[in-house]
Amino acid sequence: MEIHSPEFKEKSRIALHDVNLQKALSNLKAGFPVKRSTAVARMPEFEQLRDEATALKNHILENLDIYLEQFEANVIKNGGHVHWCRTPDDACKKILEICKDVDSKTVTKGKSMVSEEINLNDYLQKNGVEPIETDLGEYILQLRGDHPSHIIAPAIHLNLEDVSEIFHEKHKRPKSSDPAVLMQEAREMLREKFAGADVGITGANFLVAETGSTIIVTNEGNGDLTQTLPKTHIVVTSIEKVVPTLEDMTLFLRLLARSATGQEFTVYNTLSTGPRRTGDQDGPENFHVVLVDNGRSEMVGTEFQEMLRCIRCSACMNHCPVYGAVGGHSYGWVYPGPMGSVLTPQMIGIEQAGLLPNASTFCGKCESVCPVRIPLPKLMRHWREDEFSKHLSPKAVRWGIGGWAFFAKRPGLYRLLSTSSNLFLRVMAGKKGRIKKIPMAGGWTDWRDMPAPSGKTFMSQYKSRKQS
Amino acid sequence: MHASKKPMKVGLFVTCLVDMFRPSIGFATIKLLESAGCEVSVPETQTCCGQPAFNSGDKKTTQQIARQTIEAFDGYEYVVGPSGSCIGMLHHYADLFDNNDPWRARAENLKNRAFEITSFLTDVMDFDSILSSYEGKVTYHDSCAGLRELGVKQQPRKLLAKVANLSLTEMEDAETCCGFGGTFCVKYPEISNRMVENKSANVELSGATTLLGGDLGCLLNMAGKLKRQGHNIETRHIVEVLAGMTDEPAIGEAAYELGQPA
Ligand code: SF4
Repeated sequence: MEIHSPEFKEKSRIALHDVNLQKALSNLKAGFPVKRSTAVARMPEFEQLRDEATALKNHILENLDIYLEQFEANVIKNGGHVHWCRTPDDACKKILEICKDVDSKTVTKGKSMVSEEINLNDYLQKNGVEPIETDLGEYILQLRGDHPSHIIAPAIHLNLEDVSEIFHEKHKRPKSSDPAVLMQEAREMLREKFAGADVGITGANFLVAETGSTIIVTNEGNGDLTQTLPKTHIVVTSIEKVVPTLEDMTLFLRLLARSATGQEFTVYNTLSTGPRRTGDQDGPENFHVVLVDNGRSEMVGTEFQEMLRCIRCSACMNHCPVYGAVGGHSYGWVYPGPMGSVLTPQMIGIEQAGLLPNASTFCGKCESVCPVRIPLPKLMRHWREDEFSKHLSPKAVRWGIGGWAFFAKRPGLYRLLSTSSNLFLRVMAGKKGRIKKIPMAGGWTDWRDMPAPSGKTFMSQYKSRKQS
Repeated sequence: MHASKKPMKVGLFVTCLVDMFRPSIGFATIKLLESAGCEVSVPETQTCCGQPAFNSGDKKTTQQIARQTIEAFDGYEYVVGPSGSCIGMLHHYADLFDNNDPWRARAENLKNRAFEITSFLTDVMDFDSILSSYEGKVTYHDSCAGLRELGVKQQPRKLLAKVANLSLTEMEDAETCCGFGGTFCVKYPEISNRMVENKSANVELSGATTLLGGDLGCLLNMAGKLKRQGHNIETRHIVEVLAGMTDEPAIGEAAYELGQPA
């Protein structure tokens, strides 16, 4: 996916005035958060599970190499292959090589954010392999030449009308706006593709070290067909998804479903453990796991290690007032919302992604719902520190802070500054109690009045009261 | 109850916004603390909590301001301020210093002594002898830092329940950020505006005639929006109501004689 994060401000401005998008976003806000809180209320031990999951993830990250190697050994033992890929490019090349080996012209794909991260579809297409998205949301986006705006509900920015429009155009069938008819249409189109694909590519929600299994959770069941019908199944995933045991996996599954959609459990939980064995009724003949790093191992041992606990539930963005106002595309790359504002700078560089960790009031809502208690505001602040120390923050910010700090560090001078600013604002306000326009403060007064100081500064009043 | 013992020595953390924009909040805070039996002083070497630098990634400046604030409040049993956000910032100081830096221990010590006013009155002083009266239907906005960093939620409501004639009606999304966010509101003005628009819509829907909150930054933002939209809703800091100091016009309202203390 092309990088548009430097355009965050322009994109969000447009998004704020996009009536259709705003409608879609208000549906999101009324949906997921409400369902999550109902599900959480039904589970008294939820907070305890969050603590357990956080501790377990920390343990895994401290021993990441051990669990990954155990996972690899078990995949191999089951007859599969593991490919370690440091960069997106390495991963794309490896996947193409596997496709070419089995002479594949088309591949079916389940939903995978890692495949978005490595820009897999474009790469395959350029090299003569046709990727077909089978998740309904992803399928719609592919028809539109669009990208996900949310990590679990990729087409959340679209309305029924948009879907009806694109199906009519691409399927060449009579236009319908009945969701059931549209769903049926998509099924029919996809069924043919399933039958014709030689390779199925899925992501993974977790990798189980003790068994060498990968698991995907979906509500559509498309993932099952993607991984059982073709001769070759490729799992494209990332290194932080490994968990020690099946039982550990269930802890995360319980948290994931509730945090994401408010379900107690996702509808389809599909485990893949190696290729088809003799006697198996179905399953692929070849099983490959492509393990993508893409900057993750660099996060281990740094202040950003905590971000690797993320299980991609989307709760942080579902509850984020900034995401809720501007939608996922404004963030300009694969991962939106609070988790994206921490991950994106790591993956594409703070130089390009600097606006994202700054686009937060630090209201802390994200951290309060994150199932693995990632301190997202703190991590966004670390990026701001990184930016500041590399002199990347805008001049206005640096000078503004510098000027203010000069006084804030000198209480005597600070009093002079606050007394004179206080007087200045009161003069501007006259008798009105508020100011409609302040030069250089258009960011405030373009949208709201500035209440004027209600008298001399506290410090000067306090002093005169004490003296009198 | 502590009130019967030797008076508790409390240092008032005024906060830069209260100092500059609404001194009455500082005086109301002093009045409440004194009613609860505290002896209140205002250290002169305090300025701002340092949040603008902290949130802009300027760690060095933040450390300098943190050290200054820690020193200013040395020797007080408690440090109390009318802001969850600024007191929350005081709680962040410890993270600014390495484990072996002696300032870290001093910052930890400050953290244990620093409280937001409603939480101090309720949780520390167990004080609820509120004698004020306020005519009207009010709604309360939970400012983010107080709510999520300091656990301020029930305390202001408990105290408001003691105010005569006051009826509290909760608005939708009372816990959702108002879009102020310090420098956020000028760095991302359109997004901030959308957030405060959502807030003012909820305030209006609640049917309240007064909006209360515990953080002046958020209150300036919301009052500024409500006034710009022409709403006839008053905005005040909760301590004004609790201390019975509501003679002064509400935030952003009416005329003041220049140079006169309010
Ligand atoms: S950061 Fe937390 S809330 Fe956000 S997607 Fe990851 S696990 Fe979920």
